[in-house]
Parts: sequence; C-alpha cells; structure tokens
Amino acid sequence: MNAMIETRGLTKRFEKRLDFAGKLAKRMGADLKDEIVRAVDAVDLSVMKGEVVGLVGESGCGKSTIGRMIAGIMPATEGSVYWQGRDRNTLSGADAKAAKLAVQMVFQDPASSLNPRLRVEETIGEAPLVHGLVTRAERDDYVDQTLLSVGLDPAVKRRYPHQFSGGQRQRIGIARALAVKPSFIVADEAVAALDVSIRAQIINLFVELKDRLDLTYLFISHDLSIVEHVADRVVVMYLGRVVESAPTSEIFARPNHPYAISLLASLPRVEDRKRSFHVVKGEIPSPLAPPPGCHFHPRCPNAFERCRVERPALREIAPGHVSACHLNDLT
Amino acid sequence: MTPTLEVKDLCTHFFTREGVAKAVDGVSFTVKPGEILGLVGESGSGKSVTGFSIIGLVDQPGRVVSGSVKYKGEELIGATPERMRALRGAEIAMVFQDPMMTLNPVLRVGYQIIEAILAHDAKVPHAEARSRARDALAAVGIPSPEERLDTYPHQLSGGMRQRVAIAIALVNKPALIIADEPTTALDVTIQGQILAEVQQLAKETGTALVWITHDLGVVAGLSDRLAVMYGGRVVEQGPTDDILARPLHPYTYGLLGSLPTRNRRGEKLVQIPGMTPSLMKMPKGCAFGPRCTRATVQCEEVPRLEQPMPDRELRCFNPVPAERSVAA
Ligand SMILES: Nc1ncnc2c1ncn2[C@@H]1O[C@H](COP(=O)(O)OP(=O)(O)OP(=O)(O)O)[C@@H](O)[C@H]1O
Ligand SMILES: Nc1ncnc2c1ncn2[C@@H]1O[C@H](COP(=O)(O)OP(=O)(O)OP(=O)(O)O)[C@@H](O)[C@H]1O
Ligand code: SF4
Ligand SMILES: [Mg+2]
Ligand SMILES: [Mg+2]
Repeated sequence: MNAMIETRGLTKRFEKRLDFAGKLAKRMGADLKDEIVRAVDAVDLSVMKGEVVGLVGESGCGKSTIGRMIAGIMPATEGSVYWQGRDRNTLSGADAKAAKLAVQMVFQDPASSLNPRLRVEETIGEAPLVHGLVTRAERDDYVDQTLLSVGLDPAVKRRYPHQFSGGQRQRIGIARALAVKPSFIVADEAVAALDVSIRAQIINLFVELKDRLDLTYLFISHDLSIVEHVADRVVVMYLGRVVESAPTSEIFARPNHPYAISLLASLPRVEDRKRSFHVVKGEIPSPLAPPPGCHFHPRCPNAFERCRVERPALREIAPGHVSACHLNDLT
Repeated sequence: MTPTLEVKDLCTHFFTREGVAKAVDGVSFTVKPGEILGLVGESGSGKSVTGFSIIGLVDQPGRVVSGSVKYKGEELIGATPERMRALRGAEIAMVFQDPMMTLNPVLRVGYQIIEAILAHDAKVPHAEARSRARDALAAVGIPSPEERLDTYPHQLSGGMRQRVAIAIALVNKPALIIADEPTTALDVTIQGQILAEVQQLAKETGTALVWITHDLGVVAGLSDRLAVMYGGRVVEQGPTDDILARPLHPYTYGLLGSLPTRNRRGEKLVQIPGMTPSLMKMPKGCAFGPRCTRATVQCEEVPRLEQPMPDRELRCFNPVPAERSVAA
C-alpha cells in the first residue's frame, strides 16, 4: 500500500540566537552563546490514505515543526517529504502546485491565524480564486457552501474575525483550509485553545468532514484523550525523534517504549478518582544538548549501558507496532 | 474546626466604559484544612477573578462590591493593604498561570526563594534558608537544584519557571494556596510530579487549596470537592466523586458528556450547543439557559442556590434526573 505522505530522514535544525535578556547577561559576563536546536532529528513517518495519525509528545519535542514541514510551509534542513510516492522537492509545474494545495494546515490559535483585516468571505474565497479552483462568478456560492460545510451560517461572511467566538473562528480556520480542496490536513493543536464545552463541537466537525470529504489527517495534540478518540494510529515523539508508533487501541493497551508507558500513566483521566499521581523522574532534557544514545535514558527506569551510547532504531515488535528501545533486543 | 477559607456571596464587578461586567456574581464556598477544592468552569466564568478577590489583588476597574472572604475566621474584605501583604507573604500563597507574575526577571532564582523564606521569618540563618530553597526546588522536580539556585529565570524553560513559582508558593508551607491553572502549560509527565507534591503537602501540613483549572481529569484525581462555575456563579458544588458520578446541573452534565473517553472512541461526542455568553450580554435568569436543553420559562429567573441532596448545592430549576446520569 502506498503512503499518501511519507517523510524520510526529515530533519530540522534551528540556530538559537540569544534573546535580549540573554544578550544582556552575556555582556555582563555570563557564559552564553548562540546554539543549535535539533528540533526534528531524522524522522521517518508515513500516513496512509484515509488514515488519521495522532502525533503526541512533550512540549518542544518537534511536533509542530514536523507538521509545518509536511504542510510545506517550512523547509527541511535535511531529508524529504514524499507526496504519493514522489519526492516533493523534485516536482515542478502543475504537479508541484497540486501537491502543495493538497496539504493544508489548521492552527492552534484561531485568533492569530486569521488576518484580522479580511472579511470572512475574503479569507475563505481568495485562495480558491487565485488558484483557479473557482471563477469570480462562482466565488460567492463557493464561499457559502464552504461555510455551510463547517456549520456556519453564510450570512456571517461579511464579518471580520474579531466578531466571532473562539469556536466560530476555528470553524473559519478549517473552512479556509478546506476551500482549496485539500486531501490531507495537518491539524496542529486545533482544539487546544477552545473552551472545553466548544471542543467537542470542533472534534465532531473534524470527524464528520473526514468521512464526508474523504480526508486524511495528521492530528497533532498534546491531549492524549483527544488523540485516542480521533486517531487510527498514534505516533509518539520524544526530543525530536519518533520513539513509538502503533494502532491506537494497541498503544493504549500495550505501550512498549518506556517513555510512552510513562506518558500514558501520567494522563489524568476523569475515570480515575483521587489517586496518587504517577511520577516520572527527572527533567525533560534541553534539545540544545540532547543526551547521547537513547534520548530518554536519563529518565528511564530500565536504562542500561547500551542506552547511554547507542541510538535505538525503530523496530517492529508486533504487526504495525514499532518502537525504538534497546530492551526489545534483550528478549 | 474553623474552615481555612470561607467565601460567601462574593460579588466582584468590573466597571468598564461598555457597562458593568459582573465577573463574579454571588460565589460561596468553604475549604477546610487539608482539603483541595477544584474550581472548574467555562472560560471567562470568573474563576481567576474569584482567586484574585480572595487574595485582595483585583485591579481597576474591578472592585469587590459585596460579600465576605474569611481566612481562619478573619474577614479579608476591607482588610488593610498592610495586613493583606503580610498574609500573602506568609500564610496565603497564589500560583498564577504565568510564572512571571511571581518571578522577578533580574534576580537569581535562589535569591527570590530565600527572600520569600526570610519574608516569612527574618530570623532564619542564611545557610539554612539556602538549603531550604534547594529542597524546595528539588521537591517540584527540578534536577540539580543546587546549581539552579544561581540561574536567572530566562535561563530556564517555561515549565521550569512555573515550577520555581510553585516552589516559592510552597516553601513557607502556607495554610492556604490559590492555584490558577498552574500546570496547564506543563507536560503531563511533569504535571504528575507537581500534583503528587501538592497532594502530599495538603495531607501532611494541612494546607487548604483552591485549584483552578479547566481540566476535569486533573481535578478528578486531585480534589476532594468540586465547584463548577458558569457566568460568574457557582452552579454546582459538592464532593468530587459525587458530582462526577451524578452531575445535577445541565452544564456539568454536558461538560462531562463532551469529554472524549475510552468507551466512546470514534463515536460522535455529545456537544453543548451554542457558545459562551459575553458578560456584557449575560442572558437574564440562568446564564446557561440559552444553551440548555432542559430550559423552561422558569429559567428566565435566576435560580437560587439549593440543596437537593445532602452535601450538594445546585442552581438549577430542572436538574438532570438520575436515569439520565452518565457515570463518567
Ligand atoms: N522558529 C524557531 N526558531 C528556533 N527554534 C525553534 C523554532 N521553532 C521551534 N523551535 C524549537 O524547536 C523545538 C521543537 O519545537 P516545536 O514547536 O516543533 O515543538 P512542539 O512539539 O510543537 O511543542 P508544543 O507542544 O509546545 O507545541 C523546540 O525546542 C523549539 O524551541
Ligand atoms: N480588568 C478587567 N476589565 C474588565 N473585565 C475583566 C477584567 N478582568 C477580567 N474581566 C472579565 O471578568 C470575567 C471573568 O474573567 P476570569 O479571568 O475570572 O475568567 P476565568 O474563569 O478565569 O476564565 P479562563 O478559564 O479563560 O481563565 C471575564 O469575562 C473577563 O472579561
Ligand atoms: S532504549 Fe533504554 S533508555 Fe531508551 S527507553 Fe529503552 S530502555 Fe529506556
Ligand atoms: Mg506545537
Ligand atoms: Mg482564568
């Protein structure tokens, strides 16, 4: 089976320049310098057509950076993204354009991801017009249809973003992404900024649109209960690397990587009453100076000598279930 | 036993050019020593303003217009600024969502913690204060705490800064802590460490806590009692387990129903229709009325706080009947 999106060795490094406070401290004699952040470190990830892949992991582990590279709005430092089996960098002309429009992104903060000076009809109708998906005469109808598809009344299309609630703004953000008829959506913390009571509305919308429009999702979220609800497969990242990937029910039932095990054990659930909280020892290391070997070894209860020196490779431990942990070689 | 905190009919309003925003509109609750109260609710429902009102930090154009806040029996509404400052330094601590509300960017972390210790008890010898500061950092899961004492806030990650702010709040073992979304910005694995620490503090030193959050999963595991806010009022209150097992208010019921849980995987989530009301255009009567599927004409009046069951308080004319209850 062919992957719709596949990344091979996808890597992103940022040069971290000192911020103002840092520069000030440096001038006062502190030992600080610009540093390199390995935000994404040789990631292979694939998403099949029709699949919903949930991408989880601690803050700063590189989820958004991967999402942006896949959506084509941020260049990779190394590695490539394959669109339906073809390296996107080698495409040109109509193919390149089609591949670009096919992948769209929905962002976390509906307020800041919309241009405040554009009316809703412009926000949604502009790109389809520019890319020749609709004619000027068809545009109005098309905007109406798109608004209806995300559950908004077309009568609101002459309004500006600030005249909407958070949930409505997120619907507009989704409508904007859908307007260019993508087949793949990267949703980056798309419900995180919403009120709890509104969140369910938007999650339902994502699920419904996927079925109706035959979409494929990379669903990035730090909220495991949401990922558990929407995803077919879960990919767990730690400090720039994928450490485990498995079908959703499999990973929740049998997490393999010690980090994934701790992560799931830490998840506060309404079903768990007045319990003692799970404690993972240690600190999330800085991506500026990731530990050698397995990035998780300083916090891992099972680490042994090899973990400190050698990076564990992703290995299949059950059908469709891969994990990068040296413990799997011991048995 | 005197409760540590007793809030009664608290009303805090903001007098803005567009009108009066009744951010907190008649809130009452009690927290006993060692007890953890979870304060949950819609965004803008008045949780933070309730917290600020308790510690006397409501800013212009806001004002506590009526009601009472008693700390160990002492009335705090109308207390002198000196008295409030003394209490905040020593017996009452607040943790904010943004740690930089607590931390001073130009002072070393260790200095700030030691300062807090000395503000509480000026007679503590410096060496002892320093070792207590180090222990406080260790207790919130900061590795190599000794070295961290000499760093500045900007040299720490956001999560570590928040933990320093929490360490400062905990260091004097205050009798009361108001924590406003303190772990929202933290990773779940780190959050677990802090919740464990807080639980232990409540148990061992009898610290009373008000834990403000929108994460029902957190309060389910952490709190003894739950108060649910909507539109400036507490709409439902009682023991956490009881409320989660049998929510009476339609808002609480809807909120619990909307959570993605294991047993409804892939299915449509139950959603609360409509959107959060603006304080300036608060519906008359029950604030949840326009979104409520159980609303009747009666709901155009403000429902009074009643006690439909032992130890349960509720503001609703049409509570959710037992047979419809979802066991969360
Ligand atoms: N534009 C940038 N310049 C420099 N560093 C960056 C930039 N964007 C991200 N980073 C760094 O790269 C790492 C990965 O960041 P990223 O935003 O991808 O993480 P994330 O997993 O999405 O985190 P979160 O859950 O907090 O959104 C972090 O250490 C971050 O500080
Ligand atoms: N300085 C202010 N001036 C005017 N209105 C204010 C001010 N501060 C708060 N409010 C209003 O008071 C209401 C309650 O706000 P509060 O911050 O307590 O909500 P909250 O329940 O903590 O919400 P969240 O979950 O988003 O933090 C809000 O509608 C807010 O707009
Ligand atoms: S490879 Fe080693 S350190 Fe890494 S998770 Fe597995 S056991 Fe732990
Ligand atoms: Mg991100
Ligand atoms: Mg708040």
